[in-house]
Amino acid sequence: MQFFFEVLIGGLLAGVMYSLVALGFVLIYKASGVFNFAQGAMVFFAALTTVGFISMGVPFWLAAALALAAMTVLAFLTERVVLRPLVNQPQITLFMATIGLTFFIEGVAQLTWGAQVHALDLGIADEPIEWLMDHTAMNVSKFDLVASGIAAALVTVLALFFNKTRTGRALRAVADDHQAALAVGISLQRIWVIVWATAGFVALVTGLLWGARNGVQFALTFLALKALPVLVLGGFDSIAGAIVGGLIIGASEKLAEVYIGPHVGGGIESWFPYVLALAFLLVRPEGLFGERRIDRV
Amino acid sequence: MSLAFGGVVALQGVSFDVREHEIRAIIGPNGAGKSSMLNVINGVYHPQRGSVAFKGRRRRRIDPYEAAKLGIARTFQNIALFRGMSVLDNLMTGRNLKMKRNVLEQALYLGPARREELEHRKKVEAVIDFLEIQHVRRTPVGRLPYGLQKRVELGRALAAEPELLLLDEPMAGMNLEEKQDMSRFILDVNDQMGATIVLIEHDMSVVMDLSDRVVVLDYGRKIADGTPEEVRSNKAVIDAYLGVAH
Repeated sequence: MQFFFEVLIGGLLAGVMYSLVALGFVLIYKASGVFNFAQGAMVFFAALTTVGFISMGVPFWLAAALALAAMTVLAFLTERVVLRPLVNQPQITLFMATIGLTFFIEGVAQLTWGAQVHALDLGIADEPIEWLMDHTAMNVSKFDLVASGIAAALVTVLALFFNKTRTGRALRAVADDHQAALAVGISLQRIWVIVWATAGFVALVTGLLWGARNGVQFALTFLALKALPVLVLGGFDSIAGAIVGGLIIGASEKLAEVYIGPHVGGGIESWFPYVLALAFLLVRPEGLFGERRIDRV
Repeated sequence: MSLAFGGVVALQGVSFDVREHEIRAIIGPNGAGKSSMLNVINGVYHPQRGSVAFKGRRRRRIDPYEAAKLGIARTFQNIALFRGMSVLDNLMTGRNLKMKRNVLEQALYLGPARREELEHRKKVEAVIDFLEIQHVRRTPVGRLPYGLQKRVELGRALAAEPELLLLDEPMAGMNLEEKQDMSRFILDVNDQMGATIVLIEHDMSVVMDLSDRVVVLDYGRKIADGTPEEVRSNKAVIDAYLGVAH
């Protein structure tokens, strides 16, 4: 039983990291109805920019701030060059455009900072918490716990921002109805820049946490794929969904690996989330927290 | 004012004025170009020829965003509310342009941003009281019955404290009682808030009761303009509505 809990907690903590990636997707999808394929590339770009500055001798906090500035500039450019010319185009067109954006961002990132793997040290040790070891004999990483704390803080701030402020309301309004949003005097362009910059901020936090764990490398871009089952489970337009979806995916993949894995030869961790997502699509296509769309005819 | 979509002519040389503080109705059969007219006034459509003068400034092109800034608010024929948001939040979006605190202050939820939020909340509550929708303040708009949604949409427009209020069929699909309520609100808005109102309506008795002056469109042309009595007895109007014997 104790082993079960150890695996479960490990899975949940890993799930928080998935939630973070999914969160970036949800933000942009909520406000502009675009599935932003470039989110993974943005994570990579943000992390690489930070370590790039650090390797130039810039202190960590300044490097992170500079990376955030870079993400904001990227948001401006994306709105101006990609989104604005494509206003009123079908969603699939915008989706294709974000695929193009992905390659562009990956290219620029590597052109600027090189393609080698960088280590990133956030100063949080990735070692078991001794107190827990002593008292329950469970092995929980300090790093995972801190990462979860950061993720929780980020989510709380975003939820408040969305619900309690004018800009948050404007974001939701734009997501709901473009025409009506314009009529009450909400500037779509401004909202898009804000939303992409916020997604850039989330990408930065995600990139730093994942980068510290696995090294800052090109593989970070594939995180985008890991976010897919999370989004299917939680719903594409729900922040809460991204969190719960991430936790479920994290916990279930670890548990499946440990308990089902040995019977089928192991290695199921990498594909189990997708099977779960597929099954979910059959039962509840809008996700746990997604908005159910009912078309009146 | 002339407006065409490709070969389809929606408005042809239509011209009329709206006096400050009056209630001006636009009527006409289906497809006469009434909604197009409103859409031109608040900048959704840009006319090929002609211009709109508002508060002494004449302009040919205007965007909905700019129109909102100038003090023009509107409602839509097919309710365009933010369905997932509560009544309160919908009305708060109406205050969007009146709020000045920047994104960073809001994100950090600093004192000034919070005070501003509360201050505007008061104004919105006043509109809610005025429209008698206190009991549904927290309900997501999508769950409200049709008549109430129409009222909420009016509320969102009012929250912006507009100088010019454009109402596209504010009473479409309502029952008698709801229509009476809505008429009362429109008159009160005009009276107490001093807003100038341009409205499109199909219900003739409503139009005759509410409006100071009426403009009649048919096939994109203006066929009559005047007080309700004048318009009612106008030959061209009767022909347009009842058809002409051949």
